[in-house]
Amino acid sequence: MNNYELMVIFTPVLSEDEFKAAQKKYTDFIVENGGTVVHSNPWGLKSLAYPVQKKTTGIYWVLEYTAPSSFNEKLKIQILRDDNIMRHMATALDKYAVEYNAKKRSGVPTGTEKAEI
Amino acid sequence: MAKANEIKYLTAIKTEKPKKKFCRFKKYGIRYVDYKDTEFLKKFVNEQGKLLPRRLTGNSLKYQRKVSDAVKKARQMALLPYVTDLLK
Repeated sequence: MNNYELMVIFTPVLSEDEFKAAQKKYTDFIVENGGTVVHSNPWGLKSLAYPVQKKTTGIYWVLEYTAPSSFNEKLKIQILRDDNIMRHMATALDKYAVEYNAKKRSGVPTGTEKAEI
Repeated sequence: MAKANEIKYLTAIKTEKPKKKFCRFKKYGIRYVDYKDTEFLKKFVNEQGKLLPRRLTGNSLKYQRKVSDAVKKARQMALLPYVTDLLK
């Protein structure tokens, strides 16, 4: 059971309830395949740094979950089949990353604030 | 014709003392570079959005690689531009 983090960009034309339905679909897909959702964090509509598929805004969604290592392939197939997802990225989290995310959520300063250049 | 080394200056050339560079990750105990935290990543990227070299950021090799991975992931997810002007 490894820790993963999935970041997904939906097309901006997605309405609020479609966005919720899509989130629910993927979280159910994870739980059904033996994974557990640690934290779901929808960022909502954000402007992209450069146009993707001729669109300059997108709906971001970050999901942190634990899953067996064979699971990501199935998730990828599901995401590629879904056409209102513009881009996705699943990254593995090592123990420092998990600790960082936990600290970030609980508001403990993670040290990056005072790291001036 | 005074040769180059014979030129005398009235006042000594003020050489800006190079600031002691340190690896901020070791100093502040940061162990993970989050690709979502664009404010922090912008410190390692110049105006055009290009990665700053180690000699300017002062990072150690291990953390410079983590920073470059994080910046590339942020660029892939359209959090940071690949190339721009006046990013800051």
